[in-house]
Amino acid sequence: MLHALWIIPASPLAGFLLLSIFGKRFPRRAVAVIGCGTVGLSAVLALMLGSSFIRTLPEASCYRQVLWEWISVTGFEPQIGFYLDAISLLMMVVVTFVAFWIHLYSTEFMIDDEGYSRFFAYMNLFVSSMLILVLADNLLLIYLGWEGVGLCSYLLIGFWYQDPANGKAAQKAFIVTRIGDTAMAVGLFLLFLKLGTLDIQTILVRAADTWPTGSGMAIAIAALLLGGAVGKSAQLPLQTWLPDAMAGPTPVSALIHAATMVTAGVYLIARTWMLYVLAPPVQAAVAVIGAATLLIAGAAALAQRDIKRVLAYSTISQIGYMFLALGVGAWSAAMFHFMTHAFFKALLFLAAGVVIHCLHHEHDIFKMGGLRKRLPAAFWAFLIGGASLAGFPLITAGFYSKDLILWEAWSSEKGSAWLWAAGLIGAFITAIYVFRVIFVVFFGEEHTPAEKRPGRSMQLPLVILAFFAIIAGFVEIPKTLGNFHWFSALLSTAIPAQRESTPVRGAEMASMTIAGAMALLGIYLAYLLYLRKPGYPGQLVRAVPVRKIQRFLFSGWGLDWLYDRLFVRPFVWISRINKNDFIDSIYGGMAALCRSLHLLFSSTETGRVRMYAAGIAIGAVILVAIAVML
Amino acid sequence: MEGKAIMISQIPPEYALGLAAILFALGLIGLLVRRNILFILISIEIMLNAAGLAFVTAGYRWGQPDGQVVFLFILATAGAEVSVGLALVLRLYKHFHTLDVDAASNMKG
Repeated sequence: MLHALWIIPASPLAGFLLLSIFGKRFPRRAVAVIGCGTVGLSAVLALMLGSSFIRTLPEASCYRQVLWEWISVTGFEPQIGFYLDAISLLMMVVVTFVAFWIHLYSTEFMIDDEGYSRFFAYMNLFVSSMLILVLADNLLLIYLGWEGVGLCSYLLIGFWYQDPANGKAAQKAFIVTRIGDTAMAVGLFLLFLKLGTLDIQTILVRAADTWPTGSGMAIAIAALLLGGAVGKSAQLPLQTWLPDAMAGPTPVSALIHAATMVTAGVYLIARTWMLYVLAPPVQAAVAVIGAATLLIAGAAALAQRDIKRVLAYSTISQIGYMFLALGVGAWSAAMFHFMTHAFFKALLFLAAGVVIHCLHHEHDIFKMGGLRKRLPAAFWAFLIGGASLAGFPLITAGFYSKDLILWEAWSSEKGSAWLWAAGLIGAFITAIYVFRVIFVVFFGEEHTPAEKRPGRSMQLPLVILAFFAIIAGFVEIPKTLGNFHWFSALLSTAIPAQRESTPVRGAEMASMTIAGAMALLGIYLAYLLYLRKPGYPGQLVRAVPVRKIQRFLFSGWGLDWLYDRLFVRPFVWISRINKNDFIDSIYGGMAALCRSLHLLFSSTETGRVRMYAAGIAIGAVILVAIAVML
Repeated sequence: MEGKAIMISQIPPEYALGLAAILFALGLIGLLVRRNILFILISIEIMLNAAGLAFVTAGYRWGQPDGQVVFLFILATAGAEVSVGLALVLRLYKHFHTLDVDAASNMKG
């Protein structure tokens, strides 16, 4: 059974090839069948493989499949090989599963689009690249997948390329993540130089043997890899590309910019966990970056008007939670939040997509309203996703994963009260901004009438994902509520579990109660502000300082403005000065010299035979004269 | 016969070479100055003959037959050259309706 592992990334790749070569000749139905079918095959295989893999645990905790040798240079022999263990299994299953439902959703969402086959070709390529990233057994292959998903992200953000703004957003995403990728590439070079291999499992072992904890090289490499992770996962200070990435079609935002690709950074850190254990300052930096990002992005989400931008900032903020968990060494908590987040954030985006689709591409939440009755499916999906995102106590998946992170941030030896407090405030803000959207969009008066209704293939994914947004949390239930640890037991076969903390049942209970209360308080505040007294926020904004703060948050803490002044404008200035490229002018000069000599000599070419004869005669005379004189 | 040979042998080779140089210079001047292609061809013949005369003179000076052998080659070359040259003259005349070589200056750079 496990031998079929290679089919999982290969199937969407085949779909991509088929669609990109013959896509234009296929009818839409065939395109949809190929696009969904290849991903569906991967999803089914992933589930079957997963169940048979879990059955063999814990005796066989990993499975390795080497397809062929990729490059062979003396001492450098990376392979095309896949490595399946609990982490990659989890990523693989979630990616294929969520991707399949989003593909199904897209078959209806994109039906009127001219680039129907192009869209599915890109999406299939994305799924394939993401699976290569997830399953790769060496860092070079991970890098291939890493760049592949980056490329697909670029292509899909700029999918509607007729609008130059979309093209700019795509370029921004590509360039900003490239900054992180460059750091990551340098990290890979260093790793290979020092350890002589890029195979992940060998690296983990050799790194622990080679470097003592806190050694400079380990810190440098971990920091460089963190740079890549920060870029891809849109964390501070490289998070500015993600809100603009919402220019792409909504299913793209759901799949790439929420559920899967942006969590690649989390996966990379979890995969190379030993490097971070060996570099405590970097691991602390991961936690601080996560905490800072979740607060900053959460606050920015409060001021957004575009429904997709709210969700984009919320994605940044939730990945901040995952980074926080990685930073305190709670690897399985980070992966747990990745899983629940994939379900509820995909659900939220798809529900938002229904609203946007049915309201003729209206994105402004204040032009929506009262859609609860018109679009009940979108309403319930958004409500469930929003409740899960806000961490509504006990019944939602988000509550369990977020609670686990908060508890680890408090109790782990690398955690601290500050990180815990940041996470808690973040939870409070999260509840406010997501329920602000719910109350504004689905309650109150109707502003824009919904003219369409979502069809079956758009509603079914909502139902499935809503189901998982609720129950995905029950695989890991804290001690205080039932002590069920299936998920962390599964992951502990691949990555060391958090050391059993001292049994302080009271503290865990208190942390959980406070987190739940924060979520409820946030929801209540949103209810007060946006449902009970809907005019109040408007009055508040009329005050000058509040308006300034609101504008500041709306612009995403002015980071775009800052980067524009700090990096973009100086760069443009320099390139304008050096428009004619002074190095180029050397070669340009050579060409100009050749051209002038050519003009000089071609002017002697008069076409008159007698001139030529005179030339020959004069030349002969000169030659003879030289011969005689010497 | 004897007296004649003695008479010729008394002509110093410098004279013959000087005559060859003068003929060659006249041919070259004719080539450069005349625009009529027929006269150019004739000038070329004169130059060839000047060269032939120089060869013969050199052979005579060293008492070798090679100079006269080369002259025969030059005669053959000149014959071939004239046949090609006259064919070109005909083509030129048909094309430009003139024998002026400066009219055929289309191939300037």
